[in-house]
Amino acid sequence: MSLDKQDVQKIAHLARLALTEEDASQYQSSLSSVLELVEQMQSVDTDGIEPLSNPLEMTQRLRADEVTEENRREAFLANAPSTEAGLFLVPKVID
Amino acid sequence: MNWEIVIGLEIHAQLSTQSKLFSGAPVSFGAEANTQTTLVDLGMPGALPVFNKEALRMAVMFGHAVNADIGMTSVFARKNYFYPDLPKGYQTSQMDDPIVGIGHLDVTLEDGTTKRVGITRAHLEEDAGKSLHEDFHGMSGIDLNRSSTPLLEIVSEPDIRSAKEAVAYVKMIHSIVTYLGICDGNMAEGSMRCDVNISLRPKGQEEFGTRTEIKNVNSFRFIEKAIHTEVERQADILEDGGKITQETRLYDPDKDETRSMRSKEDANDYRYFPCPDLLPVVLTQEYVDEIKASLPELPTQKAARFISEYKLSEYDAGVLSSSRPMADYFEKVNKSAGDTKLSANWVMGELSKLLNQNQLDINDSPVDANNLGLLLARIKDNTINGKTAKDILADMWNGEGSADEIIEKKGLKQVTDTGAIEAMIQEIIVANPAQVEQFRAAEADKQKKMMGFFMGQIMKASQGKANPGIVTPILMKLLKG
Amino acid sequence: MLEQNISSLVQKLRNKEITSVELTQSYLDKIKELNPSLNSYITVRSESALAAAQKADEAIQAGTAGPLAGIPIAHKDLFCTNGIKTTCASKMLNNFIPPYESTVTARLEQAGAIMLGKTNMDEFAMGSSNENSHYGLVKNPWNTDLVPGGSSGGSAVAVAAGMAVATTGTDTGGSIRQPASFCGITGLKPTYGRVSRFGMIAYASSLDQAGPMARSAEDCAHLMNAIAGFDPQDSTSAEVDTQDYLADLNKPLTGLKIGLPKEYFGEGLEQGVADAIREAVKEFEKLGASVIDISLPNLKLSIPAYYVIAPSEASSNLSRFDGVRYGHRCDEPKDLLDMYMRSRAEGFSKEVQKRIMVGTYALSEGYYDAYYLKAQRIRRLIKQDFVNALNEVDVIMGPVAPSTAFAIGSKTDDPVAMYLEDIYTLSVNLAGIPAMSVPAGFSNKMPVGLQIMGNYFAESKLLNIAHQFQQATDWHLQTPSMEKGA
Repeated sequence: MSLDKQDVQKIAHLARLALTEEDASQYQSSLSSVLELVEQMQSVDTDGIEPLSNPLEMTQRLRADEVTEENRREAFLANAPSTEAGLFLVPKVID
Repeated sequence: MNWEIVIGLEIHAQLSTQSKLFSGAPVSFGAEANTQTTLVDLGMPGALPVFNKEALRMAVMFGHAVNADIGMTSVFARKNYFYPDLPKGYQTSQMDDPIVGIGHLDVTLEDGTTKRVGITRAHLEEDAGKSLHEDFHGMSGIDLNRSSTPLLEIVSEPDIRSAKEAVAYVKMIHSIVTYLGICDGNMAEGSMRCDVNISLRPKGQEEFGTRTEIKNVNSFRFIEKAIHTEVERQADILEDGGKITQETRLYDPDKDETRSMRSKEDANDYRYFPCPDLLPVVLTQEYVDEIKASLPELPTQKAARFISEYKLSEYDAGVLSSSRPMADYFEKVNKSAGDTKLSANWVMGELSKLLNQNQLDINDSPVDANNLGLLLARIKDNTINGKTAKDILADMWNGEGSADEIIEKKGLKQVTDTGAIEAMIQEIIVANPAQVEQFRAAEADKQKKMMGFFMGQIMKASQGKANPGIVTPILMKLLKG
Repeated sequence: MLEQNISSLVQKLRNKEITSVELTQSYLDKIKELNPSLNSYITVRSESALAAAQKADEAIQAGTAGPLAGIPIAHKDLFCTNGIKTTCASKMLNNFIPPYESTVTARLEQAGAIMLGKTNMDEFAMGSSNENSHYGLVKNPWNTDLVPGGSSGGSAVAVAAGMAVATTGTDTGGSIRQPASFCGITGLKPTYGRVSRFGMIAYASSLDQAGPMARSAEDCAHLMNAIAGFDPQDSTSAEVDTQDYLADLNKPLTGLKIGLPKEYFGEGLEQGVADAIREAVKEFEKLGASVIDISLPNLKLSIPAYYVIAPSEASSNLSRFDGVRYGHRCDEPKDLLDMYMRSRAEGFSKEVQKRIMVGTYALSEGYYDAYYLKAQRIRRLIKQDFVNALNEVDVIMGPVAPSTAFAIGSKTDDPVAMYLEDIYTLSVNLAGIPAMSVPAGFSNKMPVGLQIMGNYFAESKLLNIAHQFQQATDWHLQTPSMEKGA
């Protein structure tokens, strides 16, 4: 499996990563070599085998429906690059 | 061309839990920005979700109410996309294995017929926050109070064929979730939001046309209007030989038009995969059965009971069972009034009028059901007449006490003593000889109309306390001489 | 070299032979001396460490001290520490000060341990050499031309060079075991779910597991006693009772059945490493164990499966770093999209971006089944291999890595070669079983780590086996000379 530059730019856009032309060619080769490595999987027959997403195969525990947290807005806002009136500010959101 | 309208609905119902779907932050509307958030809701590094027990129970309740298969193993999945109100860069939702599977709902339409609408699925997911568009030096503000609030997304089959059917279906879902007590149903606050999928096809064609999705239509009225507007738009395009673009659109109630939301089209590769921070939710049959057994009476069941138990008309039963508080209120009134017809008429009539005038919810009525029932009991036992009762209700509404207290205080007890009434009528006959003369000369059918004058005089004289049921035969007898 | 035996230090502190303030100061001095050349710490917290040591001394005096009172340790810089910068060795989090504490660090603090600082690592735990850090690479104290391994390289070096009594690390595909092996220390990756992931900045949620790194198995057991156990804040935390991990250390190994998978001794294994491992196994036979040849037939598939699963989870886990609520935001974004694209491109290193893109691709429409689902199916095969093997034997042994520490810069241009380094460690994370790296000799004058893999929740047994080995050998007591200019 090898990718062209356009594929790389498309993936980068989905992942929200700005790539220069030079980056894109670099990633084109490094991503392709990873995908080549990953291609080995296709040689194995996995028909009828259930995917395993959690190694212990435990089940979800439930939390009581209780309010356990206090308002700590100022502490959380302290790490934000831009805030005003208790809000996180971002470049204009257009719907 | 004769078009058939095909509609499917996605309804997001906010579940009435105390805390969020995955965190112990409170869930309440209108709090100051970002004060109801924890590190989980803010997507802080290292934060982990833990699933709310009550949200699960509510989803299973809903599943039973729409006759659905319950997902004995359901799985949370991540829906990945970037948006500033989505703090983790993914929404935790359910994809392949939802908590509620295939079900159906029998919707009663305005003409009294029933329409079966298929339920494709209902799944649990977390809500996003809000982007505030007022201007902060050219920037937008992000409030994450709503982030991680539990939602049940209810997806219907494309079985709906008109705007009216759509509204009836949404109303039905609304009454079910409020009956179950799993959602407050407040559409203005966004507790229930609808996405409407619409397509057209020539009548008789089996294949579906290309659909558009109208996002966040938030009132019954707007659902109807938005569908009409969008159907018209699509029909215009199709009749001009054009093609419908599959897209997300927004309904603007001010302009009564829908418009494309291009920003949402950008990233539609959501890269769903099972959330590795949450494990499969596995239910036991016992748990599922227990919830089924504890399910409250649902609107259609209640209406049927009102008809059989109280002999109410289908219409009255439908109105009174449309909301659980209304139904509960009616049953309490009936219990203390001891007269079903009277109770139904007053709850749907006078009380509803007062509530509407004051824009109050029935739960917030200043006159409680028991007191209204006691007032009606006084009509039934002839202590007062209906007209006096309306005045008393107004006084009760203003907090002047119970019906009996007001009757006592204002001396409103109806005069039922036939001797006293007869004396009163005699006086009036004597005082109005001309009218009596006219009455006696008139034809029998005209006499009935002329009775009104004398009735008015009697009520005036008795300050409304004369019982019309007793007055009428005596008056007739004396007038005829 | 400062003393790094927790049992003995606890005794001396209680007997008032030393104070925690003295002990902490001596470690801080060591950090001051060695960190400029080794770069194993990103943040050193001298003042707060001494203040905590003072408190520990008082608690000892008052008889209210926790089991690790006064012991100076350090944390990998991906555990969130309340009020203390937590960077994940990334420019993205250069200024991030969490207002909350991870369960691991909280429990160690609760036990009385003194935090000296936060250790260097491969950015977001992505790497096997600790060359990929915004704060510069870390050097191996045995030979500063060589890498210390990764991603918990800073934690391994801090212990190896005597800059902490013990440290915490995390292991997603070998990130505790491989640097422990390269630096000649002892490290334990517990069973998935044994130690809470709450407050640990996620790389790959279904693989990540925190564990101790120390001089000896006994010291690891001390740390496990503090950090292991159920945490209601982590849905994947196991509700399985913990044990006193010190209790079984002295059990004899008679009758122990050791499995040696043939796949761990095949092509690509450095001869000196193979020899050291064979010698170590002989030592176990002397201790009463028997050895059985076994097979883990799907081992080779662990590399492709891991390099789909880990990047897939990472691509989603790292989406939260968007420059909105914390972390790096680019200068003067021209719009929202520009803010996302540039903040993330500037904040993440190339390696991190590459893994995000691999994962994004593997999860994208049309590829999900062929990549992600396929990898999850293979994951089950790999787990089944271990389950089958562990039905026959008590533990599995083999090397941690195919070679000893390699030269700085030697593999940075060939990512696939770097990924192949992890061949012996990845499968353990995919299966979720516990495994240790134990010093077992030298090859080319560099330490060799023996890997001991056990059944789910068999940490106590692994520690017992490692401890018995360490009673019979002294590889774990060897320390780098760290002469000036070395």
